[in-house]
Amino acid sequence: MLLKENILLALAGLKANKMRSFLTMLGIIIGIASVIAIMTVGDAVNNSVTSSMGDIGANNIELYLGYRDDLDFNQDLPAMEGKDCISTDMIEEMLKKYSDEIKAVSLQVSVGDGKATEGKDYANVSIIGANTGFLLDKKLNIVAGRNLAKKDQENGKKVAVISDRYVENMFNGDAQSALGQLIDIKVDNRYYTYTVVGVYEYSESQDGFSKTGGKDITTNCYIPYKTGVKQSHAEETLTDFTIIAKEGADSQSLSNEIANYFNQRYYKDSEYFQVSTYSMDAMLSELTSMISTIKLAVAAIAGISLLVGGIGVMNIMIVSITERTREIGTRKALGATNGSIRLQFITEAVVICMIGGFIGVLIGIALGMVAVHFMGYSGTASIGSITFCVAFSMAFGIFFGYYPASRAAKLNPIEALRYE
Amino acid sequence: MEKVIINLEHIVKRFYVGKPNELEILHGIDLKVYEGEFVSIVGASGSGKTTLMNLIGILDRPTEGEYFLDDVDVCHAPDRELSHIRNKKIGFVFQTYNLISRTSALKNVELPMLYAGIDRKTRRARAKELLQLVDMEERMQHTPDELSGGQKQRVAIARALVNHPAILLADEPTGALDSVTGRKIMDLFHKLHKEQGITIVLITHSNELAEETQRIITLKDGEIIGERKGSISCC
Repeated sequence: MLLKENILLALAGLKANKMRSFLTMLGIIIGIASVIAIMTVGDAVNNSVTSSMGDIGANNIELYLGYRDDLDFNQDLPAMEGKDCISTDMIEEMLKKYSDEIKAVSLQVSVGDGKATEGKDYANVSIIGANTGFLLDKKLNIVAGRNLAKKDQENGKKVAVISDRYVENMFNGDAQSALGQLIDIKVDNRYYTYTVVGVYEYSESQDGFSKTGGKDITTNCYIPYKTGVKQSHAEETLTDFTIIAKEGADSQSLSNEIANYFNQRYYKDSEYFQVSTYSMDAMLSELTSMISTIKLAVAAIAGISLLVGGIGVMNIMIVSITERTREIGTRKALGATNGSIRLQFITEAVVICMIGGFIGVLIGIALGMVAVHFMGYSGTASIGSITFCVAFSMAFGIFFGYYPASRAAKLNPIEALRYE
Repeated sequence: MEKVIINLEHIVKRFYVGKPNELEILHGIDLKVYEGEFVSIVGASGSGKTTLMNLIGILDRPTEGEYFLDDVDVCHAPDRELSHIRNKKIGFVFQTYNLISRTSALKNVELPMLYAGIDRKTRRARAKELLQLVDMEERMQHTPDELSGGQKQRVAIARALVNHPAILLADEPTGALDSVTGRKIMDLFHKLHKEQGITIVLITHSNELAEETQRIITLKDGEIIGERKGSISCC
C-alpha cells in the first residue's frame, strides 16, 4: 500500500518539477537509447554474418594445399605439379581414418559453362561434376525425380539434376515431363548429353550469383563427379576440397588433426608445400566473438553516459531531500519509520530511472531501426536487450537512490523540523 | 481516579554529552498529565519548553529519567517502536503547520493513517470526517498554498486527530496567526476538548492563552517553577 502511495507521490513530484525531472532523466534516456541502438546494430550485423556464414556450412572444413609458411616468398618458388597434389587415394585414406568424425568430402569439377537450345528455347547452364558429399553440402531441394545416387557416382553415369529455371525455359515449367528426357548442352562447341533424373529448386545462395537474370540466368546442372572428371579431362588430383564434419563433431579440433595428418603423412619431406585447414565453425565463432566484443565495447562507452545519468539522479535526489528536510521531519513526527522514508525516496529515484529508461528504450529502438535500415541490415532491438535495459534502469534507481534515501531516513526529526 | 496519560519522572536532558560544551537544558522534570486534561506549559524563550515538548512528543529521548506515555515506557523502546507510538498516540500541531505542500488538504490529513497501514477507503472517510469537524470540508481538495494560515492550522489539527491519539501536542499553534484567527484556533481546541474529551498539551509563551487552560505549568531555566489552575473559563 505504501509502495503504491509512494509511486503516486513520486509521479506528483515529477509533475510538479517537470523541467528538473526531464533534465534529470535526460542522462538515463541518452544512456539507455545509445545502449539499445548499439546492441540493435551489433545484433543485426552479427545475425547477418552468422546467417551468410551459416549458409556456407558451419560444419565445413576447408582444406587446401599451398606453400609452406616458413618459405621466403621473395625467392622464386617452383610451381605446383601433379605429383605434389592431393590424390583421391589420399582422400580415401583420410576418410577411412576419420570415419567417425567426417560425414563426407565435398568434391566438384567444372565441365564448363554452356547452353542448351531447342528451337527458340534456350537455357544457360554450368555443368558441375559433383560427388555425394558436394550434393549433401548443397542441400538441394529436389522438386521432382531424385538426386544423384551412389550408383550414378560409382558408374560415372551420364545423368543430371537440373534446376527448375531450366525446366521453365525448356520444358514449359513441367518438371515431371523433364524427368527421363535427354538434354544436350553445348560447351565450347562440344555437346554433352545427359538424362534428367531430378529437378531442384533454384536459389541464388546455392547456385551462386548469376551475371545474367530472368530467362538468361545461368543455373547449375549437376552430374556425377566421376562423369565430370572424365568429361572435363581433369586429372584426379586436387589442391583444395571441403570436408563436412559429422553433426556433433568438434570441427575445430578435427580441422587441426586433419592438417597434421596430411602434413605428417604426405608432406613431411616436402620442401615447398603443406596442407592447411580452417574450419568454418572457428571462423564463424571468431567473427561473432569479434563483433560481440566490438558491440560490448561500444555499449560500454554508451554505458558511461548511463553512469553519468545515474550520478545526475543521485545529485538531484540529494537536492530534493535537502529541499524537503522539513517534510521528512513532519513525516517522522507523524509516524513514518526510517524504512518508510527510505522506501519513499528510493521509489522516487526508481520512478525517475524507469520513466527515463522507458523513454530511452523507445528512442533506442527507433534509432536502432533507422541505423540498421541505413546500413542495409535487418533486425530490431532484441527482447533481451530491452529487458536488460529496463531492469538495469530499475537497478540504477535503487543503486543511486539508496544513498540519498538513507540520508533522508537517518535525519533527526527535531533537526529536520527545525530546518529552514 | 483519573488516568495518567503523560508521566515524566526526574527527566534530565543534556546535549553534547561528554564534550566540553555539554549543556543541561532540563534538570529533573516531574510532570503528570491526566486523561482529558487541557494543560499549558509556559515559559520564556530558552526556558526549555521546546526540549520538553520534543521529549513529550518522543521526537527525542531523555538523558536521564523515565517517561510513560499512556502506560508505555517510551524511554527504552527502539526507534521503530517510537515511530509507531508517535503515529498512534500523539497528534502534533506545529506553529508553522508543517503541511506537505504538494498534496491536498485531504491527503495531508490521510498521511498519519497511511503510516498506520489503514486502507484507502477508510482513510478517505475518516479524513473527510475530521475536515468536517474543523470546518474545512469545503477546501479539502486545495493544496496548502491555496489556504490561509488559519485554514492551514485547521487542516493540521484535523491531521493530528485522525489516528485517535492519546494526546494533542500543540507547539505555539497560534504563533504564526493574527489575533482573530488565533482566537478561532483556540476556540477549536476548546471545542475539541469539551466535545471530544481530548487531552491537550499546549506549549506557549503567551500567559494570556495559558490562562484559558485548566492547568498552567511554568518552566524556567529547565525547571518547573510553578503549577496553577487557569483563571479564565473559556467558551
